[in-house]
Amino acid sequence: MTDRALAVVRAGALTTVQDRGRPGHAHVGVPRSGALDPPAAALVNRLVGNPPEAAVLETTLNGCAVRPRSAVTAAVGGAPCRVTLDGRPAAWGAPVRVPAGAVLEIGAALSGVRSYVAVSGGIAVEPLLGSRSTDLLSGLGPPPLTDGAVLPLGHPVDLHARVDVAPQPRPPAELVLRVTLGHRDDWFTPQAVRAFTTRAYRVSSASNRIGLRTQGPVLERARSGELPSEGMVLGAVQVPPDGRPVIFLADHPTTGGYPVIAVVRAADLPAAAQAVPGIPVRFVAVSRR
Amino acid sequence: MRALLVGETALLVEVSSGEEAQALHAELLRRRAAGLLTVREIVPAARTVLLDGLEDPALLASRLTGSDVPAAPPREQEVVDIPVRYDGPDLAEVAAHWGVSAEEAAHLHAGTEFRVAFCGFAPGFGYLTGLPSRYDVPRRATPRTAVPAGSVALAGPYTGVYPRASPGGWQLIGTTDAVLWDHARVPAALLSPGTRVRFVPLVPA
Repeated sequence: MTDRALAVVRAGALTTVQDRGRPGHAHVGVPRSGALDPPAAALVNRLVGNPPEAAVLETTLNGCAVRPRSAVTAAVGGAPCRVTLDGRPAAWGAPVRVPAGAVLEIGAALSGVRSYVAVSGGIAVEPLLGSRSTDLLSGLGPPPLTDGAVLPLGHPVDLHARVDVAPQPRPPAELVLRVTLGHRDDWFTPQAVRAFTTRAYRVSSASNRIGLRTQGPVLERARSGELPSEGMVLGAVQVPPDGRPVIFLADHPTTGGYPVIAVVRAADLPAAAQAVPGIPVRFVAVSRR
Repeated sequence: MRALLVGETALLVEVSSGEEAQALHAELLRRRAAGLLTVREIVPAARTVLLDGLEDPALLASRLTGSDVPAAPPREQEVVDIPVRYDGPDLAEVAAHWGVSAEEAAHLHAGTEFRVAFCGFAPGFGYLTGLPSRYDVPRRATPRTAVPAGSVALAGPYTGVYPRASPGGWQLIGTTDAVLWDHARVPAALLSPGTRVRFVPLVPA
């Protein structure tokens, strides 16, 4: 095997390969997928000189550890965490030179949920429908990392201007999501719509790449019956029969039959990807621009 | 036709029937192919078509609202034949629901031309319509935890074929060896919205 490869020493709770996803196939039931915190993924790519579409690793809560077979430049961003190189402290949010065979350890998130790891050349697993992303809803793309797995790396292009360090937003202590109400808010009682935009929710531990689940006031429907399946967008706040809002993230189903009370602004979704279970969530209704 | 704004970049167009949704979908695809519409996703569903990734959804909404649903497009597309063995564990129950024998139920299903109304649930899973509404069947009261890939199944007004093994609550009437989804193939999905489909019995029904 080529030495442009990355061995997985510790896979962590859930580490996946992610890029910008595979939009454009929703009509045949393919979720868009892709990094849940796109600005963080783009930033670590910039730090190592990769183009923004290069595939990176997305960790969940407890990081991972990898060992490149040849010297690479790596960068860790997104959720802040301890980074070590063969046990010695290394920089978070800045390029790190990793010698061949050295172990890069991405520690547990100190705040936030998902750290992103870019390696010069990018993770070069075979793309599927134009993307290397793991899609946990439909099982497309590479499987989540396992201990001992080996991932191919691409050749560094290094045409892109590197940056040495870059500011990154702090993961939220309280998640404030701006939403535009609708398009099915008429399926709920006025009291429910009011509760949705004024009362406090909390991030549920049942959240995943498909949706951010919440705990809080149950939203009562104004009508019974079923909504025929309809197309779903990223950031849709769907309310299943238990009355608790679910915010659709990158691996969301392409169609669904529960009413969408509101849609979260795209700019607020990266913060949702970093919202730790238990923190407060507030939905703030805003008008369309 | 009613157009609902969805978030900041999407529009959900509501019509009054599945046939209208299919006609509107075909018209929107035609407009996109002609360069008259720039949009990332066009997702038809039961009574709607979602347009996602629009520059100015409000402008398109005002143009669409109140306008007539286009006439159904000519059925010029080829028919996809899906070979099927009518051997599903729920065939007898479906036949009983229809008030016919199992053989007649298979014959009836195989004698129908279907059309993919929309996709969803899993990559390559199409919701096929074509049976008259008197043949609607309920979902199973208790979903199966594992439905094998290639299962031909009914629920409500729809027929579907499971592209891969998954849990499912549809009534299983048969099995096929047709590959519904193969990401090494172009296109990966055997069925996409608008595709015409016939089920061809392997054992004469």
